Amino acid sequence: MTDLKATSPCAGLAPTTIGRCTLSEVEQRTMTSIAPFRGAEAQVDALLKAGSGLGWPEANSSLISDAARISWFSRGQALLIGVAADRALGAHAALTDQSDAWAVVRLEGEAAEAVLARHVPVDLRGQSFGIGATARTELAHMMASVTRVGPSAFEVMVFRSMARTLVHDLKSAMEAVAARG
Amino acid sequence: MRIVCPICGERDRREFYYQGAALPRPADDAGTEAWHDYVHLRDNQPGPLKELWYHEMGCGSWIVVERNTATHEILGTQLAEVGLEGEAQ
Repeated sequence: MTDLKATSPCAGLAPTTIGRCTLSEVEQRTMTSIAPFRGAEAQVDALLKAGSGLGWPEANSSLISDAARISWFSRGQALLIGVAADRALGAHAALTDQSDAWAVVRLEGEAAEAVLARHVPVDLRGQSFGIGATARTELAHMMASVTRVGPSAFEVMVFRSMARTLVHDLKSAMEAVAARG
Repeated sequence: MRIVCPICGERDRREFYYQGAALPRPADDAGTEAWHDYVHLRDNQPGPLKELWYHEMGCGSWIVVERNTATHEILGTQLAEVGLEGEAQ
């Protein structure tokens, strides 16, 4: 059989630095979406606290530890990133492996907020969107998840099939912001 | 125009998909006239109207939005799960 080689969603598209902003692909990590069954939120929260020390995140927020992060991911759903989900969670929640389903990029630099402001209709400035803040929103007409992971760094996720569009649109915005000086 | 999602908070209209008037659904056996009314007939009065919006680009919730169709003022929002059950006739 042909020897198939796995490639990352943004292989060959990043990294790139334009102006005061760098776009890079985030190395693929284990990602599991967790959707608690009705009424099982407390058990899921307890298991997450016991397993990874994280717990269930409030809407629009993340809980972060050294090895892992859990970000709110939509109504009744969170995304556990960096560690495998405890199998015991399966009794209380729907667990879905999302590891290779999303294109994940990191946008970092002084101009990152200005770049995202061209595509995302949410106020992502530090005063209203601090480290760990996350939003399911629109990025250039794509369903996206945007999380602030550093003082001037964001992680942006879209469906894997839209990786090229994501990089193209972010690069265009980076060029436009850079052109303004 | 901005809509307050009960879960995500105030968001831009672009994140939402518009469905139509939020009406109490007739019983399955309510008869042709009731269903004809539910599916097709609208008074179309300018002013406050309860509508269903879907937070498509956000959390994925169906939301009952009360909107003034003459001014586009948003008068209130709540999850459809709560809203429609609350006013079923």
